[in-house]
Amino acid sequence: MSKVNPPLRAAKPGEPADAGRRSFFSWMSLAWVSFTASMLAAGTATARFMFPNVLFEPPLTFRAGRPEELQVGIVDERFKDSNQVWLVREGGGIYALSTTCTHLGCTPNWLSAEQKFKCPCHGSGFYITGINFEGPAPRPLERFAISLADDGQLVIDKGRKFQQEKGQWELPGAYLEF
Amino acid sequence: METIKDIINTLTAPEILITLATILLFVSAKYRHVFYTNTVALVLFPAMFVFMAISMFDEDFYLIVTKPDNVPIVGMLFLIPFFTWFSMREAVRNDRRTDSGTPLIEKEETADKVLTWPDLVYTELIAIVLLTVLLVGWSILIPAPLEESANPAATPNPSKAPWYFLGLQEMLVYFDPWLAGVVFPGLIIVGLMAIPYIDTNPKGNGYYTFKERSWEIMTFLFGFLILWVLLVILGTFLRGPNWNFFGPYEYWDTHKLEALVNVDLSDYFWVRLLGMGRPDNILIRESVGFLVVLGYFLIPPMVLARTIFKRFYENLGPARYHIMVFLLLCMASLPIKMVLRWLFNLKYIIGIPEFFFNI
Repeated sequence: MSKVNPPLRAAKPGEPADAGRRSFFSWMSLAWVSFTASMLAAGTATARFMFPNVLFEPPLTFRAGRPEELQVGIVDERFKDSNQVWLVREGGGIYALSTTCTHLGCTPNWLSAEQKFKCPCHGSGFYITGINFEGPAPRPLERFAISLADDGQLVIDKGRKFQQEKGQWELPGAYLEF
Repeated sequence: METIKDIINTLTAPEILITLATILLFVSAKYRHVFYTNTVALVLFPAMFVFMAISMFDEDFYLIVTKPDNVPIVGMLFLIPFFTWFSMREAVRNDRRTDSGTPLIEKEETADKVLTWPDLVYTELIAIVLLTVLLVGWSILIPAPLEESANPAATPNPSKAPWYFLGLQEMLVYFDPWLAGVVFPGLIIVGLMAIPYIDTNPKGNGYYTFKERSWEIMTFLFGFLILWVLLVILGTFLRGPNWNFFGPYEYWDTHKLEALVNVDLSDYFWVRLLGMGRPDNILIRESVGFLVVLGYFLIPPMVLARTIFKRFYENLGPARYHIMVFLLLCMASLPIKMVLRWLFNLKYIIGIPEFFFNI
């Protein structure tokens, strides 16, 4: 035994023979505990780093002015840069279109002369309603929930979206009668 | 002058350009003894150069060719035809030597073995130094094109991938993103890696030849030159705002109108052929498309194995034969889909946007 594991130091008078070994193990466990703790702290800090203190993303729900400000048949681009939404008013009401192309996520441009949304990346085209009619886009632009607040302002909720190919444009909220 | 420009603008429309290039590739291979000769090169390459030089006087052409992004493609316009011509010329010469029984060019040039050190390593070192000088000079003379900071609400128009991905971007016009962006690029890489395992024919190792491997060479040249390089060139020079096609002498008008209204196969079958509405059930609606796609991948391998690919089937065995034909059919699906789009405005053979499944 003693050949394999010799004591670290000679036992002092009055001390048990294996005190050196015992203190070695307590130091070892302290080292391991502190190492694990530091790793956990570093891991937590890294995880915390993934959630920034300030998010420069606009809120999902926003107010988009009064419906009377919109003109019939005109695509309103005021909220394109800030919220990625087009507001369209036609004869019977108002809807909010997403500005994300359903092909690969570029931002199409509204060409008023041609009365269509046209994507610069692969040439997908959408009618003013959002229906895809040319190019590779597989489905129409998505619409966001639109409603009227108590103060008479439009409220767009980007948390709820409506897809035409799933028949969701008929659901309440996809279209605001006005 | 204007008439010539108009003719060239018309001839470079994707459908005509790709068709003409394919015809040129196969005709030149058929008459390779005439086409891949010094005389043709001495006429062809200076003519290309003069053509480019004269075209520089056209404002629209000048703008697009001198764009810093496009400079490597201008180089490619000359380099790839040159190297194709060069290797085909060597192949034609070697085939002639094989016919007459004289030793091959490669045998004559180096009767003895060449040593890696110093022969090869020195050559590589010189090439590395020269290329570094070229790249440094290039980057000093033509600064990298930097744009304003990114804005998710404003996509540049046109929005182009790096030049080496423009072939993929062109493919995206014809196929759904998951096919053109994921499956096909994966198949290209896997397919190229599979070549040495499928094609174990040792002929052509270490020497140029065409006659001994004409089918393999033509398949590769079609895939590389037409389905990759030509699409890169097309995407670089001929795609403008809204990803519309523009001839080389055409002004990039953002408001150019081009009808791209496309129709799914299910529309053709149920609405136009049978005169009824599209069925509500997705599987019934797309049943024709499923049959077409299944038939495309199942019937040709069996038919070909008994007819023109009989030799392949016997040499390769069933497993390697079916992998080879599957890869070949995938490659062929791109030009087939292109032709269907050009002729019938066909959008998707199977179109299930509800589940992001379109072919």
